[in-house]
Amino acid sequence: MKKTTPVIDTANSVINIRGLEKSFGDLDVLRGVDLDLYKGENLVVLGKSGTGKSVLIKIISGLLKPDAGRVTVLGQEVSTLKGRDLDQLRLKIGFSFQNSALYDSMTIRKNLEFPLVRNRRNLTRAEVDKMVEVVLDAVGLSQTINQMPSELSGGQRKRIGIARTLILQPEIMLYDEPTAGLDPITCIDINNLINEVQDRFHTSSIIITHDLTCAKDVGDRVVMLLDGQFQRQGTFDEVFNTQDERVKLFHDYNFIN
Amino acid sequence: MKFHTNDEKPVRRPRAHVLSRKMDRVFTELYSIASFIGRFFKEVFLPPYEFKEIIRQCFEIGVKSLPLISLTGFIIGIVFMNQSRPSLAEFGATSWLPSLVSLAIVRALAPLVTALIGAGRIGSMIGAELGSMKVTEQIEAMEVSATNPFKFLVVSRVLATTFMIPALMMYTMLVALLGAFLNVNANEGTSFTTYFTQVFDAITFLDIFSSVIKSALFGFTIGVVGCYKGYHSSKGTEGVGKAANSSVVTAMFLVFIEELLSLQIITALR
Repeated sequence: MKKTTPVIDTANSVINIRGLEKSFGDLDVLRGVDLDLYKGENLVVLGKSGTGKSVLIKIISGLLKPDAGRVTVLGQEVSTLKGRDLDQLRLKIGFSFQNSALYDSMTIRKNLEFPLVRNRRNLTRAEVDKMVEVVLDAVGLSQTINQMPSELSGGQRKRIGIARTLILQPEIMLYDEPTAGLDPITCIDINNLINEVQDRFHTSSIIITHDLTCAKDVGDRVVMLLDGQFQRQGTFDEVFNTQDERVKLFHDYNFIN
Repeated sequence: MKFHTNDEKPVRRPRAHVLSRKMDRVFTELYSIASFIGRFFKEVFLPPYEFKEIIRQCFEIGVKSLPLISLTGFIIGIVFMNQSRPSLAEFGATSWLPSLVSLAIVRALAPLVTALIGAGRIGSMIGAELGSMKVTEQIEAMEVSATNPFKFLVVSRVLATTFMIPALMMYTMLVALLGAFLNVNANEGTSFTTYFTQVFDAITFLDIFSSVIKSALFGFTIGVVGCYKGYHSSKGTEGVGKAANSSVVTAMFLVFIEELLSLQIITALR
């Protein structure tokens, strides 16, 4: 599926990060990261494994605390939020985990219902069922509703993971390695789904990946995380039009090997 | 395995340094456990209350343990009665068998056996379940969907074990007493009424009450240890195995320590 031209409001930044730093012991992972995610945009964060890409989105969603710097999401500074205020913000952020993180002990229906019934307690049974149907239909997996996560393939699990985040109708989507461990055809399906989510649900997204095909297919803008900082940003072609060996190596490995 | 070239000799740390690092780790762990328990007592009173999940856990922990508890309790009753007979028979006091066995079952065997089975079955189940949820990011997934995972997973399980271990203990007590009755009935021909009259004459309210309180403490320990080990597991599937294993070992160890301490307290009260 060809990506349609999204409506990006560059005057309206939904995520604003300034001077973000994070270390684990002696290891400085993020060293003064600045980033803006604009409304309606798909922003791809590229980088080698272990460069702190996942750490970045975990800080955005409040799962990790930064050592220094400011992360503002939808006008609220994440590190100052606690309890109910943080939960209210989290309802507006969908987080798709690298390994899908589906609840093993629940059926697909229960997995999808879980965030809904806990956060929208006033919904009737029929409304919950309807919303489950809608998101399952959006990811094209209506037939799996009564299956257990262990009965699904890797690609199906990813799709259900995305459906579970969509059920709360988030404004922002954070995808952690959405195509990791999948075959090329399923990767294309997931890329199409990410674009479809952007079109249909009007989300702004950060996609963490080291898969350049994914970056090219879904990214309106690409940033590259090198040595704990964003070294390059722009369109896919702009980022890779460089003599920087570290960037060229990344490109050549993906497209030549 | 670390390899060293001829030029680079392994650095030997002074023993005091190694000990100090070990002590640091022990105190850090103790602080972490105390914080975990403190957080439990804070969260348990704050809404929203996870009644549905608590009931589901009570079913998982309580009802699903019944077959194992029934079998073990019944056999313990028979075996204990059988093993006590020769000693009392030497003094011609086999008529005291129901009193002796009931005291042993009510005061010590039922609470201890239930707790040990609980530590084995329930402790490992909780440790492995939470451990695998932790390493597969399911706990984080819960957190980002605005659900408090501590309340949903930990508080519900600790409450369920605290309620269900005493209930299971009462059931074990009953089944063990029935097992003992079958044995004494087959050997001495003691009737059901005579047997239970002797049983209830021997035990007091304090015996049952202290066993219930003790079992609640055992249940709390099993729940906290299982949840703590699972909630803090790491290093993938290896970590899950370790969490399950150390849940059982630590819970059993603590149950024995608590049994010793409670014995002192109850003896003083008696």
